[in-house]
Amino acid sequence: MNFDFSDEQKQLRDSARRFLEKQSSVAVVRRVLEGDEGYDRELWQGLAEMGFTGAAIPEEFGGAGLGYLELCVIAEELGRAVAPVPFSSTVYLAAEFLLAAGNDAQKKNYLPKIAAGEVIGTFAYAETAGEVTAERIKATVSGGKLSGTKIPVADGAIADFAVVAAQGGSGLGLYLVDLTGPGVTRTVVDTIDPSRKHARIVFDGAPVEQLGAGNAEAVIEAVYDRAAVLTAFEQVGGSDRALEMARDYALERIAFGRQIGSFQAIKHILADMYVSATLARSNCYWGAYALSTGSAELPEAAASCRVSATRAFQHCSTNNIQVHGGMGFTWQFDCHLYYKRSNLLALNLGSLSVWENRLIARMRARNSARDAA
Amino acid sequence: MNFDDTPEEAKFRAEVREWISANAPHDLDEDLKKSGLAGLRLPGRDIMAESKAWQKKKADAGWAVPHWPKEYGGRGATPIERVIWQQEEGLYNQLAQPFAIGQGMCGPTVMAYASEDLKRKYLPKLASGEEIWCQLFSEPAGGSDVAALRTRAEKADGSDEWVINGQKIWTSGAQYSDYGILLTRTDPNVPKHAGLTMFIVDMKAPGVEVRPIHQMNGGRGFNEVFFENVRIHDSHRLGAVNDGWNVALTTLMNERMSIGSRLATGFPEIFGFVADFQLPDGPAIDNAAVRAKLADWAVKSSGLRYTAFRAISSLSKGERPGPENSIGKLVAGVMTQDIAKYAMELQAEAGVLTSQEDAPAAALFQNMVLNSPGMRIAGGTDEILRNIIAERVLGLPGDVRVDKNVPFNQAPGR
Repeated sequence: MNFDFSDEQKQLRDSARRFLEKQSSVAVVRRVLEGDEGYDRELWQGLAEMGFTGAAIPEEFGGAGLGYLELCVIAEELGRAVAPVPFSSTVYLAAEFLLAAGNDAQKKNYLPKIAAGEVIGTFAYAETAGEVTAERIKATVSGGKLSGTKIPVADGAIADFAVVAAQGGSGLGLYLVDLTGPGVTRTVVDTIDPSRKHARIVFDGAPVEQLGAGNAEAVIEAVYDRAAVLTAFEQVGGSDRALEMARDYALERIAFGRQIGSFQAIKHILADMYVSATLARSNCYWGAYALSTGSAELPEAAASCRVSATRAFQHCSTNNIQVHGGMGFTWQFDCHLYYKRSNLLALNLGSLSVWENRLIARMRARNSARDAA
Repeated sequence: MNFDDTPEEAKFRAEVREWISANAPHDLDEDLKKSGLAGLRLPGRDIMAESKAWQKKKADAGWAVPHWPKEYGGRGATPIERVIWQQEEGLYNQLAQPFAIGQGMCGPTVMAYASEDLKRKYLPKLASGEEIWCQLFSEPAGGSDVAALRTRAEKADGSDEWVINGQKIWTSGAQYSDYGILLTRTDPNVPKHAGLTMFIVDMKAPGVEVRPIHQMNGGRGFNEVFFENVRIHDSHRLGAVNDGWNVALTTLMNERMSIGSRLATGFPEIFGFVADFQLPDGPAIDNAAVRAKLADWAVKSSGLRYTAFRAISSLSKGERPGPENSIGKLVAGVMTQDIAKYAMELQAEAGVLTSQEDAPAAALFQNMVLNSPGMRIAGGTDEILRNIIAERVLGLPGDVRVDKNVPFNQAPGR
C-alpha cells in the first residue's frame, strides 16, 4: 500500500510553500483584504509561471499535464497561505467545466490562456439565498442572449469570462460569457472574506456560447465534486496553519506565571484541533486518490473530504482566535484572515448541510447497489 | 497514491489467505459475524476453548504471533506482514482477544528485559495460547497517574526473593491468567518514577487473590488482584531495580492500538439501523436531522480508516508511522457513546428496553451505551490522550507536577 504522495509531489509541495511564503506573505493578503485590487496580480502571474494554474490541464491545451495529485498539493499550500488570487474560480471551476463539457475549439480558446495566467474565469451560479437548485435559477438564455442576475460570483469583477448556469430552451444549460463584452454590469459586493472579492453580475442581453449539450445538472455535480476535493485541500492547509499559529502562541504567551500551553484547558483545545485536522487530511487523501484515478468512489470521497475539511477549518480557525484571547480579536493579528477564509470556503461550493445530505444519499446508493448485486 | 500491495506483499497475502481459508473454524462464522461491538457471543460453546483451539492451530503452522522471532514462537514477519495477517484474519481475530494483552504488551516487555532462559521458557507458550498473561499496573491510588502506585516489593532478608504486598485494579483477564507483569514500588524514599521495579509474577502463586469487579454494565471482565506476601525470585525481575518506569514505558508503547485491526466506532451499526428504522415520515435515513448526524460520524469513520491506511503505507515503505495514529481511541470512544445514545433517542420510549427480544436492534445500542463509558477510560482516558497529543505531537510543555522532585513518601496526598 502506498497511500501517500510521492517524493516528487512532496518536493512540489516544498517549492510551492517556499514560493508562497515569499509571494503570498501576510502583507500581500492584507493588501488585497484592505484594498480595491481584486487580487494580487504579481502572485497570480507567479503561480502561472510556476506552472500551477495549468498543473492539471493536459499538455495539448497548453497545460503542464502534471495531474490532480499535484493540483491537490498546490491547493493545500494556497489554503495555508490564504492566497488572495482567483485560483479556485479559474482552475477548479472554469477550467474543469471546459474540460468536462467544452468542445475542442472552446478548450483550445481558453485552457492555454488559463495555464498561462492570461485569463481569469469563474462560475456564476447562485441568485438567491438558500441551496441552489435548478428551479431557483431564473437567469435565462433566449436567442443566444443571457439575461438575469448572479450573486455572489467569486472573482466576478475581475474575471474575463464566466461559465453561467441559466435556463435555456431545454432546461438548465451552461453558457460561456465574455464578461468584458456588452450586456454585462458588474459590481463588487461586500463579503465575509474581502481577501477574495465577489461580485453581483447583471446580464442584460449578453451574448453567450453554449457549453456542452445535455444535462447541465449532472455536469455541475461532477465538477463540484472535483472542486470539493481541491477546496478541501485548501481547507486542510488552512487548518494546519491555524493550528500552528495557536500552538506557537500557546508556547510564547505567559499567564499566571507559566506558558499558557502548559494548562490542560489550552492543551485540550489544541489536541482537538489536531484531531479534526488529521481526520480531514486523511479524508482528503482519499479524495485525492479518487480524483486522480477517476475512481467510481469520487462522489462519496468528495463529499467526505468536503464535510470533514469544512468542519476542521472552521474548528481550527475559530479556536485559533480563542487560544489567542483578546489579541486574536484584533485586526493586527492574523487569526481573522483564517477565520474569514474558513467561513468563505465553508459556503463557496454549497453549505455543509447540502454536502452532508449528498454524502449520506451517496453512501445509501452504494449500499443499495451492493445489496442488489 | 494507491492501495495496492507490492508484489511481495501480494504474495504474502495470498499465502495467508489460503492458509486461513483452509484452516479457520468456519463453523463459527455466523456467530462471529453477529458479534463485534456487543462482545463475542458463541451460544452453546466455550469461548476460551474455541480461542485456545484456533490459537494452537495457528501456532502449529507458525502464524501465532507472526511478527515475533521464530525462536519465541513467531515467524519473523515484517511490520507490514503483521498488518496483512491481521487484515486477513478478520473475523477470527475476535478469538485472539484473550491473548491480546499478553502478546501485545507483556510479550514485548519480556522480550526486551528477561534473560534468554526465561524468554525461551515463557514466550512460545504465550504465543501458542497455552498460557495467558495479564498486565498489573493500575492501582486504586494510581490510574492515570500510574507512577503513584503503592504495591511494595521488598527483598526478603538473606534470600534471592522479593516479597510483594499490595493491590492492583482493572486487570483484564486476571481470572484466567497464568502469569502477569507486575509494576511495584521498591524505594519510597525517592521521587515516584525513580522507585519502581517490574517483575514477572506467577498468578497461581500462594498469596495472589483475584476478585472480579462488577462493572456498571453488569459485566465482570476486569479484576482486583490482591498480593499478600507473594514471593518472586529475583531472576524474574525485568530491568534494573528502580528502573521499572522505563520498563513500563516499553509496555505502554506497545499498548498503542495495533494498526491493522479496525477500531469499533458503531458507525456501520447505526447506518444499518437507520436505513431500516421508520420514523413517522419515513425511513430515518431520509430525515435531514438524522443525515446531519450520520454525515459527521461517516467522515470520522472514514477519517480513521484512511488515517490507518497512511500508517500502513509508512510501514510498507519501512518507515515508522507518524503520530497521527494516536487519535484513534480518542475519536472512537466518544463516537461510540454518541451513536448509541442517538440510536436510543430515535427509538424513543422503546429505547429504554434492554432485552434482546424486546429492544430494537437486539439491544445493541443499549449495550453500547452501558459499555462505552469504559472505552473512554481504559487504556488512557480521553483527557490523558489529549495531553499526550498536546505534549508529544504538538510539543507543548508538561503540566506543573507538584510531586515531581519530592520523595514518594513525602509527596502531597501521601
